[in-house]
Amino acid sequence: MIDLLAQADTAVDGLKAVGAGLGYGLAAIGPGVGIGLVVGNAITAMARQPESAGMVRTTMFLGIAFTEALALIGFVVFILLNFA
Amino acid sequence: MIQLMYGLHFPPIAELLEWPGILFNGTAFELNKVGLIYLWAMLAPLAIFVLAIRRSALVPKGVQTVAESSVDFVRDNVVMQTIGPDGMRFMPFLLSLFFFIFFANITEVIPFIQFPANSRMAAPAVLAIIVWCVFNAVGIKSQGFFSYFKNTVIPPGVPGALLPLVAVIEFVSTFLVRPFSLAVRLFANMLAGHLLLVTFAVLTTALWTPGPLAAIVWAPFVVLIGLTGFEILVAFLQAFIFTILTAVYIGGALHPEH
Repeated sequence: MIDLLAQADTAVDGLKAVGAGLGYGLAAIGPGVGIGLVVGNAITAMARQPESAGMVRTTMFLGIAFTEALALIGFVVFILLNFA
Repeated sequence: MIQLMYGLHFPPIAELLEWPGILFNGTAFELNKVGLIYLWAMLAPLAIFVLAIRRSALVPKGVQTVAESSVDFVRDNVVMQTIGPDGMRFMPFLLSLFFFIFFANITEVIPFIQFPANSRMAAPAVLAIIVWCVFNAVGIKSQGFFSYFKNTVIPPGVPGALLPLVAVIEFVSTFLVRPFSLAVRLFANMLAGHLLLVTFAVLTTALWTPGPLAAIVWAPFVVLIGLTGFEILVAFLQAFIFTILTAVYIGGALHPEH
């Protein structure tokens, strides 16, 4: 991180670093809340009907996968801005 | 602590991801670390199943247990949950996907290899394109080209005024976003995990000093151990999620919503 700051001696590089950091942070907010909702509701469902736990778990992973994609795209943008 | 941090050299990302050729340098068959890992990811499952079949017994033990329980796992948790009994003919495809991705991921935590091959975009992209071709071919074969297209783009029960908007969204999400997100999900998860492990490994070695500070500088090492366990889970989970999403897409193409 110190290296990164030392490299960013021009304004453009600095703005790029700020944008990348902010971009990833902002991209992580929504999916964080979303994954919490998905898993929380899945736990409620499993606690109510333990016999359907298998099906709920599969669906939960699907929901996590779809929600998580947004955060991962934010991470990819972060990598591209910093290193590409 | 701050002064220690100044001595920290974090390797540039090219150093972590780009590997020089190891075998057959200068020919079209040049293999680097990534290529060798893919070769291992292809040969290891093959070896497991060939061994399991050659020493098959009624009561499974050893390698046969591994093979049988993994087949059971993919059948019960992936095929039966998403496609149903008529999805059993996709078992070989889904099982190969699962094993290939898992063995290419798990090298992330194997000592002295410590590189998940799927953190390079090429193979996840190719796998996603294969999956895209398969689920579209299944849809066209089972429903016919025009009705498959109509069933995919126009979901049932949409009010007429919204139809143009919904059709465009469904078209983009099914035919363009699906392969993209499938590839990016696998690639970005493995890259993020690899960078996380590298960060804490670098911290562990850079912060290590004898003296009074030694009471606290082992903290990154503990985190590194914990993260290694977490990455084993991620390697398995990403293989599982890729397989199950493939099964969901095939199931959607096989049984349209009414």
